[in-house]
Amino acid sequence: MKTVLYKRPKSLTSVPTHYCPGCGHGIVHRLIAEVVDELGIRERTIGIAPVGCAVLAYFYFNFDVTEAAHGRCAAVATGIKRVLPDRIVFSYQGDGDLAAIGLAETIHAANRGENITVVFVNNTVYGMTGGQMAPTTLVGQKTSTSPDGRDAPTMGPPLRMCELLNTLPSPYHIERVALDGPAGVRKARNALMKAFRAQLENKGYSFVEILASCPTHQRLSPAQALKFVGGEMAAQFPVRVFREEGKAVNA
Amino acid sequence: MTGNDAIAEAAIRAGCDAYYGYPITPQNEIANYMARHMPARGRVFIQAESELAAINMVFGTAVAGRRAMTSSSSPGVSLKQEGISYLAGAELPAVIVNVQRGGPGLGNIAPSQSDYFQAVKGGGHGDYHQIVLAPHSVQEMYDLTALAFDLADRYRNPVMVLSDGRLGQMMEPVTLHEVRSRPPPKPWALTGARGRKPNLIRSLLLGEGELERHNLRLQRKYARISRSEQRWEERNARNCDVLIVAYGTCARIAKGCAAAAADFGLKAGLFRPISLWPFPYRPMRRAASSAKCVLVVEMSAGQMLEDVRLAVAGMAPVFFLGRMGGGVPEEGEVLRRLRALAKTTRRRSHGAE
Repeated sequence: MKTVLYKRPKSLTSVPTHYCPGCGHGIVHRLIAEVVDELGIRERTIGIAPVGCAVLAYFYFNFDVTEAAHGRCAAVATGIKRVLPDRIVFSYQGDGDLAAIGLAETIHAANRGENITVVFVNNTVYGMTGGQMAPTTLVGQKTSTSPDGRDAPTMGPPLRMCELLNTLPSPYHIERVALDGPAGVRKARNALMKAFRAQLENKGYSFVEILASCPTHQRLSPAQALKFVGGEMAAQFPVRVFREEGKAVNA
Repeated sequence: MTGNDAIAEAAIRAGCDAYYGYPITPQNEIANYMARHMPARGRVFIQAESELAAINMVFGTAVAGRRAMTSSSSPGVSLKQEGISYLAGAELPAVIVNVQRGGPGLGNIAPSQSDYFQAVKGGGHGDYHQIVLAPHSVQEMYDLTALAFDLADRYRNPVMVLSDGRLGQMMEPVTLHEVRSRPPPKPWALTGARGRKPNLIRSLLLGEGELERHNLRLQRKYARISRSEQRWEERNARNCDVLIVAYGTCARIAKGCAAAAADFGLKAGLFRPISLWPFPYRPMRRAASSAKCVLVVEMSAGQMLEDVRLAVAGMAPVFFLGRMGGGVPEEGEVLRRLRALAKTTRRRSHGAE
């Protein structure tokens, strides 16, 4: 008898993704699909795809998905969840979408304690538009709009979203993970599981930040990019649980 | 009740599931009313963090197949244009109320009609139209808001109720007709892919020729709306010396003036567009064809005036009386203008004899 140990989750379509080699999005898509399958919520899940590289996520997820205007995912998620409270609503957002143009929507949805799940893929760059500086670009990191490296005195230091949201009393779960290797992928899966389960149990707002590689615009080889994620990125964005079951977790 | 309250009550009776708003004068009474009445009925009320957030919450509720409304006034409606373009692109029903105030910029809080171009000619990016309804009484604030929900669902298109600060604040008796409006089935909505293929809502179409085909389909829809949804009112609009064209607050003033003009022997009629998009071009042209001249009265520098000229197409001279920046035409100044026109038309007809 053959035993199947690894197969495509039902929540993923069989469409090959358009992502660059070494990109983190494919992994995050798969982890979300696995969690949705495991929780048995595929037929009641509604996803929100951002503007950015992941806008085409709706071709890869095998459940209902809508687009949102750049930065407005959390507002769109609010509008869906409030009228369909028994559906599972999550937004999938990049750093420019969530932390720059959509910062107000992000903070206010979290502060209202909307019962939604926000998946934040932080790779320190705008990917789709060609590698511009993001709110999370590291100091000194070269991008197409910070050609000499991010200069903190004139461009500001990177925004730390988990820390920022952790100042609010309402969120139920806040966690940062890093896709820097198999152990990091497993932790990311666990974090997503906790976040979706929190929503399923009507506990409130859950936020998972996933540090991810973008070899193309981090200007690194795929292997170097993974080291960058687990090294310099993780040094700037500490990988840990910030909020668990509604309570702040000390570092 | 006030015009703003009438809008809110009509939305509730039309089965509005969710209202999202952000404070701005002179339409705050709508949000206040919704805050009192929506949660009590188990419906959604959120004071959003911005007009952008509010229109995108509307987007979300429309995605979910439920009825949603947002309201604002001119500067806030400018912020909503992004969302309206996305709603149009994704073909989502939504009701947007603009209780106009003076502009540009922060302007003032006095009534105005200077958002006509924005409402009727686009506002946001891309080739799209929203249906625009212009009430001229508190009763119509109620009736047209209820109608807006039906039209939005029927055409899967955003609908704007274009009002102004005077109509929003004024009090008039209203008959609260029972609203029978119920949403049609929405098999396209995102409700979870139970027993069906996943639904997708988007306005990004990257495939070769895909977006052009989408636009052509949208244009066919707009042509259908143009044929079926023109609304207007005529009063003594045939064979008049002066045909006054006005909507909203200006139409109320024009009605009084048209009646008063009879005292000095002028036959003045009124043509009042109720749907500003689709604009009733043909009925307007028909009415103008029997008039000696046309006078457009607006609280703007002459925005609807352009559509009137398109409609009249040179069949009669078109004159304009406009006030800006929150100025409202007074009956006296409209009558003075009518007297002056009376002299010109008489001279002209004598000349023809």
